[in-house]
Amino acid sequence: MAWILRGLKEGVVTTSYPKRPDGYGDSYKGALRVSTSPPAAPEGDSAAAAQATAIASCCPTGAIEQHPAQEGLSGQPHLSVDRGRCILCGICVQSYPELFYFEPSTETSKLARHSLVVPEIEEGDAQLSAVRADLARRVKALRRSVHIRHVDAGSDGSEEWEVAALLNPVYDIHRLGLFFTASPRHADLLLVTGTGTAGMAGPLKRTYEAMPYPKIVMAAGTDAISGGIVHPTYSTHPGIAGLVPVDIWVPGSPPSPFAILHGILAGLGLLSRSCAAKIARQDAVAHGPSGSKGAPR
Amino acid sequence: MIPTHTDISADSLADSVSALLAQGARFGGLFASRSVKGPTLLTAVVAERKGLTLLEATVAASTASYPALTAQIPAAAWYEREIHDLFGLEPAGHGRLDPLVLPLRSGTPRETALAVDAPVEIEESALGAHVHGEGMFTIPYGPVRSGVFESIEYLLETPGEDIPHIRSRIYYKHRGIERRFERLPVDQAVLVAERVEGIASVAHAIAFSRAIEALAGVEVPERAELLRVVHAELERVANHLDSMIRHTEGSGQAVAYARLSLHKERALRLQATLCGHRFARGVVLPGGVIGPPLAPPKEILEHIGALEHALDDDIQALMATPSFTDRLRGTGAIPAHIAQGHGALGPVGRASGMAEDVRIDRPYGAYAHLGFQIAEPHSEGDALARQRIRIDEIRSSFHLIRQALDLLATTDDRGPMDGWHTEIGLCSGKVISSVEAPQGELLYMVESDGNRLLRVKPRCASFHNLALFPQAFQGDIFTDFVFIEASFGMCIAGAAG
Repeated sequence: MAWILRGLKEGVVTTSYPKRPDGYGDSYKGALRVSTSPPAAPEGDSAAAAQATAIASCCPTGAIEQHPAQEGLSGQPHLSVDRGRCILCGICVQSYPELFYFEPSTETSKLARHSLVVPEIEEGDAQLSAVRADLARRVKALRRSVHIRHVDAGSDGSEEWEVAALLNPVYDIHRLGLFFTASPRHADLLLVTGTGTAGMAGPLKRTYEAMPYPKIVMAAGTDAISGGIVHPTYSTHPGIAGLVPVDIWVPGSPPSPFAILHGILAGLGLLSRSCAAKIARQDAVAHGPSGSKGAPR
Repeated sequence: MIPTHTDISADSLADSVSALLAQGARFGGLFASRSVKGPTLLTAVVAERKGLTLLEATVAASTASYPALTAQIPAAAWYEREIHDLFGLEPAGHGRLDPLVLPLRSGTPRETALAVDAPVEIEESALGAHVHGEGMFTIPYGPVRSGVFESIEYLLETPGEDIPHIRSRIYYKHRGIERRFERLPVDQAVLVAERVEGIASVAHAIAFSRAIEALAGVEVPERAELLRVVHAELERVANHLDSMIRHTEGSGQAVAYARLSLHKERALRLQATLCGHRFARGVVLPGGVIGPPLAPPKEILEHIGALEHALDDDIQALMATPSFTDRLRGTGAIPAHIAQGHGALGPVGRASGMAEDVRIDRPYGAYAHLGFQIAEPHSEGDALARQRIRIDEIRSSFHLIRQALDLLATTDDRGPMDGWHTEIGLCSGKVISSVEAPQGELLYMVESDGNRLLRVKPRCASFHNLALFPQAFQGDIFTDFVFIEASFGMCIAGAAG
């Protein structure tokens, strides 16, 4: 059979995302959530305090934090998860299934580092709007044709597979006007994976400097955001934010192709209205009392 | 139990290893370990067909030098350079002791620099000078390369079109990941193992877990072993497909590229259907697996059947496309005696006449009783032979997956859903475990005092084979590079450590 017929025989395999939501992307467990907080203990209850410490210390990357009553969230004591540190290992979900669950979602990228902490701490959003406005100003000229330069700054190798998957017929990002480029001189977006090794610090900075303005930077994966479980050693930085200024944060270990795509589109302001509406709905659900419980892996 | 010779002096280590190699054994690696301020223990691994032998020698802290193995065993060159970088040991008579994973300013006290959790300062001037010859120049390729690649720099030394010599600089990606094991309890350390070579997470988790299980003398439930096989073989399929995808990309086979990447995406999605993660992370842990598969084995069997059928059809068409096979034939040929001498691992070795496969030679887990045929080794040693080996291995992987899923489906009907995991603690001792990763033989040397992990040293096939990489450029030119690299199927993260 001729090659062209092989391609045609399969029919259309390409996702309609972001025009329409994608079933696979929406069902992939790409995020961790806190379902409820442990019951409030009276002041000075040492057993409860010990339990709170145990919950926080079950996380190998220190992503779980216990907040006392005074901080945020209408004054209640609560747990938070920093998705920028979470490697989705599931140890907390196994140990405390009543407190943590996996959320089926790949739309997890954020435009500010602190927004990766869930539940979100409500604070003055002036800073966040300033970040958004700055990014919007920079990406204004890019929208219809964006060239991406990928740099591996010390990944485990799986991130490269997920980034390269964006070119397969399922994601096919060329349809969205997104292209990978060989030269940083042609690049608009710097897509960085890996924790930031001592050896890649120099080449990463030089690549960033070689890019023309306006330029934006994306940290793809938990390693690139915080170093994940790979940091600290004598040869790793705690993520790449100390090396280049990061605009888009995509958690995941590794982030799925949908998560990376969501990050690119969110950063460029290219998410379609229907998807944006969906995200708003999801946020509303997540903040409400009834979160759907994901099965532990 | 692995036979270990401990009565060897550092001075005679090279001779002892050479004596074993002369009897037809293969050099498997050289590792160092050190207690604080104490002497350094060198462990050489020699692989015979049916088993591993360890040779241990102690280098006193006062001398910090020993006669290099490399003088007699060229395959040891990279191991000794790595040990020199990380332990400061001087292999006397090595000949080319350039930094490999950590170029530091000369005179930097390594012990103190490596004990700190802050990135060391890389000193590029510590690297060796380029070769000089009439009309020769060096083309640096990397570390930021044209496309979505892992970071590595190849220095192509060339008079114009041929590549008579090539050097690989892997230090860019060095993460010092071995050290991370030592800080963590066993159930978290397995998460580090999964990230040593992220595209072979399952193989690494199995190898690390088997070492812990060997220390404790614990048996893993049978159905857990079966599930491990399913994930490990799906991972092998995805890895071999990745190598082929890069071949099709390099040769401009646009439709074949699209088809094969679609199949690879489906293989990763099957992993996620089984366990929730596209790279099957969090499934394998010491003592067994986390739990039953998330989808019934019968349902997975249908998907596997469809994937296998579609893939087989496309691969047959690809191998009947001359504009594809012509690019691979004769490209990057490694003669059998060179592969043998270096002890080439995995598909690279099997394409050059070596018949070794850990799953057959030292069967572990469920491989011991699953019907399974090793792919016939090829003798051509070129990129086409490596591609053919991968095709055969994909077929045998599907065969293994089907058997394992069939068995899982029947045990499913019989008993309750427990028995996926045996309780396990950390026991003291030193073991070395081996599994067949997609890249080839993967070794894990694990040392523990019963309370914590003292040293974990993964030896990735990528590291061993990358040292052989320059030997594949006999008479090849620039445009062959992409095929030779893709046909090796390496993970740079694993090689750089």
